[in-house]
Amino acid sequence: MSYTEATIQLLSPQGSLLENDTTAPYLPYLAALDEERLREFHRQMVVTRRFDIEAGNLQRQGQMALWIPSLGQEAAQVGSAFAARPQDHVFPAYREHAVGRIRGLDLMKIIEMLRGLSHGGWVPEETGNFHLYTLVIGSQALHATGYAMGIGLDGASGTGDPAVDQAVLVYFGDGATSQGDVSESFVFAASYRTPQVFFLQNNHWAISVPVERQSRTPLYLRPAGFGIPSVQIDGNDVLASYAVTTAGLDAARSGEGPRFIEALTYRMGAHTTSDDPTKYRGDSEMEFWSERDPISRYEAYLRSLGEGDDFFQEVATEAEDLAADVRRRTLEIANPPASNVFRSVYTDAHPLVEEQAAWFAAYEAGFEEGSA
Amino acid sequence: MTERTMPLAKAINEGLRAAMRADDKVLMMGEDIGTLGGVFRVTEGLQSEFGENRVLDTPLAESGIIGTAIGLAMRGYRPVCEIQFDGFIFPGFDQITSQLAKLTYRNEGHQAFPVVIRVPYGGHIGAVEHHQESPEAYFAHTPGLRVVSPATPNDGYWMIQQAIQSNDPVLFFEPKSRYWQKGEVADDGVPAPLHQSRVVRTGTQVTLVGHGAMVSTLLQVAEIAAGEGTSIEVIDLRSLSPVDYAPILASVQKTGRLVVAQEAPGNVSVGSEIAATVAERAFYSLEAPVLRVSGYDTPFPPAKLEGVYLPDVDRILEAVDRSLAH
Repeated sequence: MSYTEATIQLLSPQGSLLENDTTAPYLPYLAALDEERLREFHRQMVVTRRFDIEAGNLQRQGQMALWIPSLGQEAAQVGSAFAARPQDHVFPAYREHAVGRIRGLDLMKIIEMLRGLSHGGWVPEETGNFHLYTLVIGSQALHATGYAMGIGLDGASGTGDPAVDQAVLVYFGDGATSQGDVSESFVFAASYRTPQVFFLQNNHWAISVPVERQSRTPLYLRPAGFGIPSVQIDGNDVLASYAVTTAGLDAARSGEGPRFIEALTYRMGAHTTSDDPTKYRGDSEMEFWSERDPISRYEAYLRSLGEGDDFFQEVATEAEDLAADVRRRTLEIANPPASNVFRSVYTDAHPLVEEQAAWFAAYEAGFEEGSA
Repeated sequence: MTERTMPLAKAINEGLRAAMRADDKVLMMGEDIGTLGGVFRVTEGLQSEFGENRVLDTPLAESGIIGTAIGLAMRGYRPVCEIQFDGFIFPGFDQITSQLAKLTYRNEGHQAFPVVIRVPYGGHIGAVEHHQESPEAYFAHTPGLRVVSPATPNDGYWMIQQAIQSNDPVLFFEPKSRYWQKGEVADDGVPAPLHQSRVVRTGTQVTLVGHGAMVSTLLQVAEIAAGEGTSIEVIDLRSLSPVDYAPILASVQKTGRLVVAQEAPGNVSVGSEIAATVAERAFYSLEAPVLRVSGYDTPFPPAKLEGVYLPDVDRILEAVDRSLAH
């Protein structure tokens, strides 16, 4: 439906490894993976999907104002996340739950954010350099590029030491490619030869608007005009996502400048729980992409390697356990203290905010006295 | 204390140089700021002293400048961005108000965003559209930002260094019509706090409040009024967010009369906020309504009409007379 002749696919939709001239440069990255890592790809995709479904259910039961599903995009996210090294920095949009989990984010932070307790609030230093979600579409592309400029200024990439060289991995969607900030980030990245990979998850829909309205040309062709090397991959192929992102990040860390990856995937769910996709898309498209589901394809591949039922059952149990844990913890969440309204507006002292916080505290105290 | 005489543009340049020498995490970013030294030469000589890695001639994209400055701040840098002209800040408005201003709140105080945005602003230079505006109210209205404006070379020298040392984002509005006005700069003087307003002329009958280029106009007004037997107190706001109200309230308690002057349009402006606050907190000291003298609520007019638009000595004197008539 949107695959092109250029689309890099390492795993067929039926789950068999494709060995040909196109895939040859990437196969060594797979050969370097041990069995445990191969199993981990599956584990993360399945567990995140189960989490995602549970979170959607919790929203429907009134436990969250909103949920943002990532259903269908697990391979793009899991493969690319595993390509990043611990020293790399990851700038998500707001749907990269699997990436966050792999980097070390407690998924409850996302639940808390969408329940209305915080605007994010996690600390990248404690979450594998996984930065905060950004809801204004495409804004994070510039933050990521600035961060990568800083890596360049620090001489922290291109030293030739893969253990220390750093890069940035930034996620955004097909809708974001229309934002000026994303194009400006391409300009800055190309000009300053930043160590970063732009990872576009083209899930084909920006809420109700199809990708064809964002671009008349396949999106992976656009970066060429900015001087950024670019490839298109089958984003529902976790191995392609892993191998191609690894190659891109290696190039970025080595001082070769930015890289761009368009991962063709599909938003199997709604944009958010506030959305109703039955109003704008048809069954045939869903069928097409269901046949290319990232998890069933990869499960077939693992089985072809000899993985047995025990493993898949173990992962399914782990996913159920996580879902139950998320449900239990969500139901236990208390509301934040009212004083949080005034917290961290500024880093240095600020008289206006402090005055209003003090006024509010006295106002609240007045009610307590009155009721006593 | 040693003092040197220099124009405002040079004083800010010297302040930037001092900040860059003091902290190698301080970076300059902007359009034409390197080789050219900025269209107003405020960054002149900095690239040759500190190199291209610390004084960045950026691509021509204001959102890109602010957005990448945010990323550099995340990396531990203290970027100082120059917006070439006031009216060109709006392509960067989203990154300033939705990102820079809110990121510390979003990350719950785990990371500060010490980014300074320098903006040459205001009229009196006879320039084309978008080159003479006073957009400070948009930023003073936005929680998470600090907004200041120096009126003198000494403040330019010290306040830019204080703004760079601030751990919060600071909009630094430079009154471009005063760039070439000379004044004393105290090299080893103890600076006043960044967010302190200051009485720059004492008087007893009317309080005049303004910022940036307006301050020297207010001093002229006070001088003329003194010749007519009217004693005027002049306060230089220096900081537009937060506003330091104590000297203003103390002055109004003494004079009973307040006129606020600004180049910006008056509707929903910094002057409006000061008028409202004084009405709230010093109502029983007022002998007359608080008056505002502002740019009209029109776009900035073509240059040949800027004299009509910008508050001048006569319009402010007229307001002083109206206040005294009560």
